[in-house]
Order: sequence, then structure tokens, then C-alpha cells
Amino acid sequence: MSTSRLEGSRSIVGILAIQGGFEAHERVLHRLGAVTRQVRVPVDLEGIDALVLPGGESTVMTLGIEREGLGDPLRRLAHSGTPILGTCAGMIMLDRAHLGVLDVLAKRNAFGRQLHSFEAEFEVAGVPGGPVHTVFIRAPWIAEHGPEVEVLAEVDGHPVAVRQGAILALAFHPELTAEDRLHRFFLEQVAGFRVAE
Amino acid sequence: MSTNGHIARDESTFTAKTGLAEMLKGGVIMDVVTPEQAKIAEDAGAAAVMALERVPADIRRDGGVARMSDPEMIKGIQDAVTIPVMAKARIGHFAEAQVLEALEVDYIDESEVLTPADTVNHIDKWAFKIPFVCGATNLGEALRRIGEGAAMIRSKGEAGTGDIVNAVTHLRKLRSEIRWLTTLGPEEIAAAAKQLQAPLPLVRQVAADGKLPVVLFCAGGIATPADASLVMQLGAEGVFVGSGIFKSSDPERRARAIVEATTHYADPARVAAASTGLGAAMESIETSKLEAEQLLSPRGW
Repeated sequence: MSTSRLEGSRSIVGILAIQGGFEAHERVLHRLGAVTRQVRVPVDLEGIDALVLPGGESTVMTLGIEREGLGDPLRRLAHSGTPILGTCAGMIMLDRAHLGVLDVLAKRNAFGRQLHSFEAEFEVAGVPGGPVHTVFIRAPWIAEHGPEVEVLAEVDGHPVAVRQGAILALAFHPELTAEDRLHRFFLEQVAGFRVAE
Repeated sequence: MSTNGHIARDESTFTAKTGLAEMLKGGVIMDVVTPEQAKIAEDAGAAAVMALERVPADIRRDGGVARMSDPEMIKGIQDAVTIPVMAKARIGHFAEAQVLEALEVDYIDESEVLTPADTVNHIDKWAFKIPFVCGATNLGEALRRIGEGAAMIRSKGEAGTGDIVNAVTHLRKLRSEIRWLTTLGPEEIAAAAKQLQAPLPLVRQVAADGKLPVVLFCAGGIATPADASLVMQLGAEGVFVGSGIFKSSDPERRARAIVEATTHYADPARVAAASTGLGAAMESIETSKLEAEQLLSPRGW
């Protein structure tokens, strides 16, 4: 696969671009020195070293993944141990009811309608430097999770940041604040990637 | 700052308001008038629905005063779907907006499609916890709305016509004015703000960033997948389709096709595939044949 790479030898982070906040992730990843590629069809996944599933509407993404035949290629990517970051709707895409690669069940719009969208600061286990500034937008939380899933942060007793193997799932949007620590945390798992200072 | 449980939070911040628009990007927001239509829109891949009593084509045909929708209809649509539900208030009608906020709609469109309630003032959108989207025909108008608190902008186009020409004019105007700002020296920005009749700090920000500070969608005249591709290539970050879907001969199929073309707007082969065999588009009106008083886009300033 790596022979088809046009971007040279640097690590490539794919970003699912069916619909949603993919450009906001792109901006943060570019600041950190990553090469990114928008993913709309299965061939876009070839040769990527990591993948971001952004926020957006999970119903739209589910239909798009089905329409484009992306389900099996995405599952293969996850099973191969490729680092994956899912935020908000991206977290939902990873759960048991969708791609089924993360042993959790997400509850959609768990915090309520837009009127109850909010910003908050809290610690995320494994992320140094104190509380992380987060934005929750019509956000989900984790209603159930299996024993392999490590909970990194909770809000109101509900997991909102979890990790299982190379998969990191967040109910909130690290790409919409000035924070880049969660993206750094994610990129540290990408083999051979050195975060730009 | 309210405390609910053990983590303090700030609800309805500007970041949370603009953030929802970020999450709608690359998506299609569809006008619906019944819960059944809302469900069809959601199943076809709408990123959000706009709940209203009559689509713009019918408002145009019926005439009379067009107002905010009946709360019962809005609630029915909220119960029918899980995607965000938007609703329209008349320009300047802050009491309608208060009602929509009480109903907890996800976005309020202060819309020229309804009959304006104030000939001078738009709604003070900073006073609301629900975010607003507003129409604009040029950069000055967009920045005035953002200055009033709008968290998302859409081109006005000419709603209910199925004619894309005004949406194209508005997007091109916005784009060329943004480009012009980026070429100015710092000493020229204040005069530019005066010319645009727009708040100086926002003009300065656009000049530095080369883009609007909020998400820009296109509205007003989209009837086909190729229309969606056109406006996305002209810089729209997503599309509103008003009458174009449920006034066409096969709404479900057309809805799916416009969703697909919006995702793959830069791939002509995919837009071609999406455009194939859709049946008849909405009955359309050539905008240039309308009398001045029939135009909706000059409403507001």
C-alpha cells in the first residue's frame, strides 16, 4: 500500500470527510505538522497511518459509510491496530451499534438539545498539563462499556473520553478550542510521527 | 456559569453556537413542513431540517404575511427526528425568536422568507442562548449580522424560485469582497469598514484570516445536485434546500442525490451519477422575470 503514497514518507492522517467538522481537525493536525488526507471513498484509506472520525451528524455519516462501502475497510483498519480518533459523532461511529470496533454503547444527544451545549474544563487521564478545555455540542456519552475499555474522563458520572487499544474516543470537540493536547496524545500513538513543536 | 453535577460548565457560549454550524458542514439542511417529511429528510441524509409551515415556493404563491410556524408543528418535527431542528423567525421579531428558544429548537433562522416585522432593526441575537443563522447578500451584510450575534451565515439567494443565479451572485460577491480585504494595508481597514457598513473589529479579522469568522452555507434556489456542487465550489460550506426537494417529483431520491453531490462536489463523475434519473425538478421561476416587490433577498439590510 505504501507504494501508492503520493505524500512521500511522512505519516498520513486520514480524516473521514463524508460530512461534519473535518476541516477543524485538519487545521489542528496541520499545526502539529501532520500530513492529512480527506477520506470519502475506500481508496482514500490506502496507505494512511492514522484516522480521525470527526463530529457531525451520525445519521448522515452512517448513510455515507454505507453508500460508499466504507464499513468493512474501516473495520479492517481498526483491527489492524491503526490509531483512530473519534470525536462526538465519530465516537458514535466506533461503537457496538455502528462499526462495532470499540466495545462501548454511546447514547446520542445524551446531554440534550443545542440549548444545553456547553464548554467545560476537566482532567483527562494520560494528558499532562492540567484540565483540558472542552466543548460539548449536542453531545453523546458512553452508556455502557466492556472491560477492555479504559475510561479517561467522566462528566456527571458518564464516560466522555475512553481508550481501547489504539482507539481514542471523545464525546467532545478538542478541535474547536485552542487545545491541541488531545491531538498530540493521539499522534503520539502513530509510529514514527514526531509532533512539531 | 452553572454547576450541574460535579463539573462546572458554561452553556450556550459563542464557541458552542458556532460549533454546531461546524458540525453541519458538508451537509444539506432541508425545509420540511410535516413530521413525515422530516423523517424522509433524515433517512435521506439531511444534516438538519428547517421546520416551517409552507416552503418558500408556496409562501411566494400564496402571498399574505408569512410568520413563525405553529409550535405544535415544530414539536411534531422535533419528536420525529434526532437531527438538529431549525425554525424561522421574522426579521426583527424577537418575540417569535423567544418562542422558538422556549421550544428548544437547535437553530433560529432570522429569515427574509418570512415577512419582516421591523424595517430598521434585526434581532439582538446576543440576547439568546439558541444560535442564529442569518441571510446575507454581501460581506457588509454578513458582518452586520455577525456583529448582532449570528453564529452562522447563509447566502440569501432568491428563495422559492429554483433559480440559482442570485445565490451565485451573493457567494461571488462575498468571496470577492473578502479577497479585496486581504489586499488592504492596516491603514485602509477603517475606510473599508465604513464602506462595507460593518463593525471594524470583524472587518479586521476577515482581512487577517481571509474568511468569514463563522460557517457560510448557501441558500436560495438550489434545485439539483449540480446546483449543490456549483455553490460548494464557489465557497459554500454546506447547503440549505428549501422548496427544491419536496416540490420535486421524487423527493426522497432527490434528497439523497443532493446529499451525495454535496459530499462529492469536487468529483464531476459522482455528481453526474447523482444527477441521473431524478425525475422533474421543482417548478421554477426565472428570478429576472420577478417584479421588484416580489423579491425576498432585499428584505433586511
